[in-house]
Amino acid sequence: MDTTSTMFLPQTGSTVAPGVDALFNFLLYLSAFFFLLITGLAIYFSIRFRRRKGEPARLTPNLTHNTALEIAWIVIPTILVGILFVWGFKGFLKLSVIPKDAMEIKVTGQKWFWSFSYPEGATSINELVVPAGKPIKLLMSSQDVIHSFYVPDFRIKHDVLPNRYSVAWFDAPEPGEHNLFCAEYCGTGHSTMIGKVKVLSEREYDDWLSTSVMSGEGMNPAEFGAKLYVSKTCVTCHSTDGRAMNGPTFQGIFGHEVTLSDGSKVTVDENYIRESVLNPQAKVVMGFQPIMPTFQGLLKDHEIDALIAFIKSLEKKDEESGE
Amino acid sequence: MAENVLPEHNYLKEPKGLKSWLLTVDHKRIGILYLIGISVAFLLGGVFALLIRLELLSPGATIMTADTYNKLFTLHGTVMIFLFIIPSIPAALGNFVLPLMIGAKDVAFPRLNLLSWYIYVIGTCIALTSIVLGGVDTGWTFYTPYSTQTTTQVISMTFGAFVLGFSSIFTGLNFIVTVHKLRAPGMTWFKMPLMVWALYATAIIQVLATPILGITLVLLILERLFAIGIFDPAMGGDPVLYQHFFWFYSHPAVYIMILPGMGIISELISTFSRKTIFGYRPIAFSSVAIALIGFLVWGHHMFVSGQSEVAAMVFSALTFFVAIPSAIKVFNWLTTLYKGQISFETPMLYALWFLCTFTIGGLTGLFLGTLSVDVHLHDTYFVVAHFHYVMVGGTVMALFGGLHYWWPKMFGRMYNETWGRISAVIIFVGFNLTFFPQFIMGSQGMPRRYFDYVPEYHSMHMASTVGSWVMAVGVIIMLHYLLSSLRKGEIAGNNPWGALSLEWTTTSPPSPHNFDEQPVITHGPHDYDKVIVERTIPPR
Amino acid sequence: MSDSTTHAAHLQHHFADAEQQRESAKLGMWVFLLTEILLFGGLFCAYTIYRAWYPDMFLNAHKALDVTMGGINTVVLITSSVTMALAIRYMQQDRRKQTIAMLSTTLVLAGVFLVIKYFEYMHKIHLGQLPGKYYTFTGIEGSNPHIFFSVYFLMTGLHGFHVIGGMGAIAWLLAKTRKGQFSSAYYTPIEMVGLYWHLVDMIWIFLFPLLYLIG
Repeated sequence: MDTTSTMFLPQTGSTVAPGVDALFNFLLYLSAFFFLLITGLAIYFSIRFRRRKGEPARLTPNLTHNTALEIAWIVIPTILVGILFVWGFKGFLKLSVIPKDAMEIKVTGQKWFWSFSYPEGATSINELVVPAGKPIKLLMSSQDVIHSFYVPDFRIKHDVLPNRYSVAWFDAPEPGEHNLFCAEYCGTGHSTMIGKVKVLSEREYDDWLSTSVMSGEGMNPAEFGAKLYVSKTCVTCHSTDGRAMNGPTFQGIFGHEVTLSDGSKVTVDENYIRESVLNPQAKVVMGFQPIMPTFQGLLKDHEIDALIAFIKSLEKKDEESGE
Repeated sequence: MAENVLPEHNYLKEPKGLKSWLLTVDHKRIGILYLIGISVAFLLGGVFALLIRLELLSPGATIMTADTYNKLFTLHGTVMIFLFIIPSIPAALGNFVLPLMIGAKDVAFPRLNLLSWYIYVIGTCIALTSIVLGGVDTGWTFYTPYSTQTTTQVISMTFGAFVLGFSSIFTGLNFIVTVHKLRAPGMTWFKMPLMVWALYATAIIQVLATPILGITLVLLILERLFAIGIFDPAMGGDPVLYQHFFWFYSHPAVYIMILPGMGIISELISTFSRKTIFGYRPIAFSSVAIALIGFLVWGHHMFVSGQSEVAAMVFSALTFFVAIPSAIKVFNWLTTLYKGQISFETPMLYALWFLCTFTIGGLTGLFLGTLSVDVHLHDTYFVVAHFHYVMVGGTVMALFGGLHYWWPKMFGRMYNETWGRISAVIIFVGFNLTFFPQFIMGSQGMPRRYFDYVPEYHSMHMASTVGSWVMAVGVIIMLHYLLSSLRKGEIAGNNPWGALSLEWTTTSPPSPHNFDEQPVITHGPHDYDKVIVERTIPPR
Repeated sequence: MSDSTTHAAHLQHHFADAEQQRESAKLGMWVFLLTEILLFGGLFCAYTIYRAWYPDMFLNAHKALDVTMGGINTVVLITSSVTMALAIRYMQQDRRKQTIAMLSTTLVLAGVFLVIKYFEYMHKIHLGQLPGKYYTFTGIEGSNPHIFFSVYFLMTGLHGFHVIGGMGAIAWLLAKTRKGQFSSAYYTPIEMVGLYWHLVDMIWIFLFPLLYLIG
């Protein structure tokens, strides 16, 4: 199976991709043929039948019909689009009919990241990890607006809707990494809602499953927290350099008082951080919108601990000079 | 037969004064008023486009934030679609030429025509208010639930579009009655110029489809104001229902955009190859066929939305079905060139560009109608490239061609032909440079409405941005020589092109009442095999 | 006032003759009515879909509507269509006074329709049977009963809006008839408003059973 990308198409990463590509390429050649035919004839006729300089206007031939030609250019295109329709529909059915033995992974789309829930109980954010060579069924729904799950290399895409499940499937035969994009506009972070599909060999996948339950081994909590700060997408809304983004900066906040949207004050301690992660709407800092999603179920306790350690480690630069 | 003064009695000068323009019921003046409106809209939408492309010159934030970018692509879409392209050919050019082409003194309901223009102005002001108040960031499609939740100015923008819809409906109604009832004696349906057939088919769509948009926008506004729950899944409603309602209008709307352009192409190819149209009736009937079948294909925008496989199949089949009449037209135009006497003045250049770029647009539509391929291509830049190839490479090329063709009739003066050709070439090159790379990045997986992108797509985006600058240069040149022709252009005379339709039998510009005597129909509008009429401006 | 004066005064300059003008007006009005049918069509479509999804709820919720009042309104509107048709008939016979009487009656009947609707609406507002998030009534079984009331208020509201528009048009006709601007030679505007009014009536004839008489 050819997995390198061509001018128009990315590499093939799934079992249905070559079939889709074959039809795409047929369309490409068909289009190129008709395009060259039409523009070629237009150029040829324009040159051949151009009005020569100084030539007076003359009566041109009364050519209004040619039954053979007209039948040909109705029948041939009709046959061609008929082929496209049948071929496309059959391919579509392949994409829509889920193999019976597919492994089911729950996908949740929300502004602005993907989260995945695996049958063994593991979870991941923005990184869909799957074993190679097995059909995977994606059971998808959204927490807020319509998103769309798109993996170009697999040639699959399906809208992800609130209050409803939609389904897609794929079978990635080889290990590799593939882009995952959100393909339905969903607001500010639509273009940052990018993830990766990591296809692992069966052994690597088993290893990943077992370690994902006990992640973070071998690192001190603040280091692990720094990793989570990125991998769990806190970085999308909270800076570490003092800039206010969608959410307050983490720089130097630990141990300080903040004013909440209702005017009351609270100290940023371990409990406040934990509460904000699990129930973000409870105490929103004044001047910020209550848009943080909850990480309940997405972060384990030891991961929250690591994030707290990380935030503690971020001191204001000014503090060193004793302000 | 060159003259050196404009005709004494012309609609531009009589009656005099600003008030006479603002209260005019002369279809020609109303056409000019619309022309000013859509030109301003085009420039505004164009500026938004240039800003978008500038941001996309490199990954990451280049000159703006994501929120600003999201507003810009939304405003680019809404301004270009509702304020520019839908009214453009019918209301600006159509209003001007339709009565002249059928030998009438005006449209059926001149006062309604003026009302249409005022509704257009009011709708535009409401839309501009939305922009001034901060704009909208939903995309021009206003998909729920995002559009019911976002804090941007959705209600004012959708209300503006709602009001603009009535302008379109009344224009369509006016044209239908005009074509049915006001043709000069002897002008049977099959002696009408193909431009008239095209405007008629367009009017049918305007009248039947726009009310659906109206009710859809009202429902969206009420959903935002009163949470009536019709599109909200938490309240038992369905966001996909919104998509059905929206596309039920918006797909036929694209035929409102292209059919009048096709009408212009029929006129241009016939006149500038001095040849009768090959397949007049097939072209005429295919216009009506496209208008009607176009109502049945809306679901092809929703193949991955969650609609059933059966629905997807039906919509795919019908989508291929509607492609056939368009293909027929292209073949007919091509054959019309055969054994003609072809000249390459600016309007003809645009007609030839159309044959090239509309063909690409139409062929890429086949990719999108093919179910399995569409799954990959939906919501990528492939779609963006496709619709720009048909709307800009199709409608706008036709609009520019028609504008140059009827410019001497409207204003009595010729534009500078040399600059016309230069600008046409620049626009053609710029257009293709802007949009062809978008096919490539789209099928490579680049999604649309993306503020930022992964580095793989950088070179295609750069090429596309450079193309937008080239196109802008071409448009600016065009604007300049057209405007300066109003003062300094060569006097055109009645018939600078030697064309055979009725508008060329009267003065340029025409008198307020169009014809001094009731026109007598002695030949068909494209009968270059039977009649030669001398050009008042020699061929370049 | 001779026929030819009225005739000539109303012939607009761009029409070849009065016949062409009248034909155009008729075609124009029919096309306009077609657009109105499509406008309401969207709402009928929404009704169909939601009733298909929540059939039991629709049946339960519709009992909140007063069939008697709805029935009276139906009779009122049908009668107003008759009086409207009579107004045209009388003008065809140059009976100006009767035309004015019929137009006035139509206007009054339209007013009655709106008054009855006002009472119906007030009752629902009082009970909290309102669209969407404003729905506070608790006595109806089934999921999402507010949907029925969203549909009810949307459809009857849009219809009522068109009744008001029609009343404005009829009032305008009354003013012009009083001034003697119509005759048996020229009464096209009365005919055209009549067509519009019949459509407004027809739409109600569909609304009434679909909302009030199901089940």
